[in-house]
Amino acid sequence: MMAAVAARELQNGEVVFVGIGLPNLACNLARALQAPELVLIYESGAVGAVPERLPVSIGDPSLVTGSLMVCSMADVFQLFLQNGKIEVGFLGGAQVDRYGNINTTVIGNYQKPKVRLPGSGGAAEIAVHAQRVLIISRLNPRAFPAELDFLTSPGQRCKGQSRRALGMPGAGPVKVITDKGILESDPVSGEMVLTAIYPGVTVEDVKANVGWDLRVRDQLDLVTAPSFVELDLLRHKLDPQKLYLG
Amino acid sequence: MTKVVSMQAAIAAHVRDGDTVVIEGFTHLINFAAGHEIIRQGRKNLTLCRLTPDLIYDQMIAAGCAKKLVFSWAGNPGAGSLHAFRRAVEKGTPPLEIEEYSHFGMVARMSAGAARLPFWVMRNYMGTDLPVANPRIRTVTCPYTGEVLATVPALNPDVTIIAAQRADQNGNAQVWGLLGVQKEAAFASKRVIVVVEELVDESVIRADPNRTLIPGMIVDAVVVEPWGCHPSYAQGHYDRDNDFYVAWEDISRDPAKLEQYLKDYVYGVKDRAEYLAKNPGLTDRLKAKAQVCAGVNYGF
Repeated sequence: MMAAVAARELQNGEVVFVGIGLPNLACNLARALQAPELVLIYESGAVGAVPERLPVSIGDPSLVTGSLMVCSMADVFQLFLQNGKIEVGFLGGAQVDRYGNINTTVIGNYQKPKVRLPGSGGAAEIAVHAQRVLIISRLNPRAFPAELDFLTSPGQRCKGQSRRALGMPGAGPVKVITDKGILESDPVSGEMVLTAIYPGVTVEDVKANVGWDLRVRDQLDLVTAPSFVELDLLRHKLDPQKLYLG
Repeated sequence: MTKVVSMQAAIAAHVRDGDTVVIEGFTHLINFAAGHEIIRQGRKNLTLCRLTPDLIYDQMIAAGCAKKLVFSWAGNPGAGSLHAFRRAVEKGTPPLEIEEYSHFGMVARMSAGAARLPFWVMRNYMGTDLPVANPRIRTVTCPYTGEVLATVPALNPDVTIIAAQRADQNGNAQVWGLLGVQKEAAFASKRVIVVVEELVDESVIRADPNRTLIPGMIVDAVVVEPWGCHPSYAQGHYDRDNDFYVAWEDISRDPAKLEQYLKDYVYGVKDRAEYLAKNPGLTDRLKAKAQVCAGVNYGF
């Protein structure tokens, strides 16, 4: 469901920086449906990739075969990302806070972590530079806490300062796509506000899974359930081994 | 004079206890054969640097080679965790120092090292906890605009090990497919070992000079080791062994299973040829299909 909803956010012809996991799945679903000319850029250096199989990693050989360009990672980060050429960045996270800041580094204390997570990868710089960022994360109280254990990738406000004041070029996280509803950043305060819910989900369900007093928009949208075509592509063509769908 | 030597000789000559070691390759062309030989030769107190430690550094941490890890993303992509790394960081078994950046930060460190500059500058890390966790991430004020920018220090490894599809006997190495940060890592390094799938004549290199990633002048040793990157891959030679990456989740989670893996596939074999003999059917399963591109006209 999250992958299908995320895929709908992508418009044909957009330049997307594709991360590992569900974002990878969402981008390849969008390419199979409404956005065949989506330009997929992977941090591994594949530009305009057209993978014939769902890449298990973001450095899969199928990303190279038939792509428009293969460049070094120095070029990816400097000439594409820092240059402002990436329109959409996709990020996931173990923890997301009310301003869309993300933690992918540790649960617990940095020096003596309870759980050591993989770390930033390219996420910190994607969050700074992509023209807009979409976050995908399953909703539960541990994943949406009032306070992050570590701030890996910046959202709309970090430690009391707006991203504009901190000198970040991109618009930052504009939407958080969860498995119960969609949050969108308030243009003024930067706070994530519930704007849409999935069929069969109540506002209370969503609020119970968020660690802060979640604001709810007056007019809530109802997210359309995944179509047969979307589900069929996801389950049988894109992720038959259930690597990402779980 | 040929620089071609065995893997055993290359590691014995160029990797020393206490060295800062880079085995690069972003998913593509990660040279496991060299990592395994370092484990077999019992190197200790190494500072291991890579963007993604991957399975190879997880194995080297478990084998007790590492004192410190410098990295930017420590996971097993699409499959789970690096459990030897996690045990070291979460429980201190064995103890491991860490120094952590983002991918851009690691690329920038190697770019600075390759250009023999003291640091590299980027627009990054504002508002995050990364500079708190790692005080080597600092800032500089631009002398032209006054903008405050992030800096990372140069990385200049003692030895860098790069895998390539082919090279000549002088180490002029050609790579296609994902290029990662190999060129910067090699130029940043004091010593360079190139490990290739195929040794070719200099005329093959000269026929297609745009494909040369590493020039022989910076290379100290050339090792010919077909399938040396498995379970990573070499474009046009063999596919990534995704099944093994998935299996590693279970192996690395259990220290006893990991120990048994090292006994069977690292300590229990003398070289890559014996490793391949222990994995029957592997080469048939992963051999790349042909998709050959047309050449170009270099004439004038």
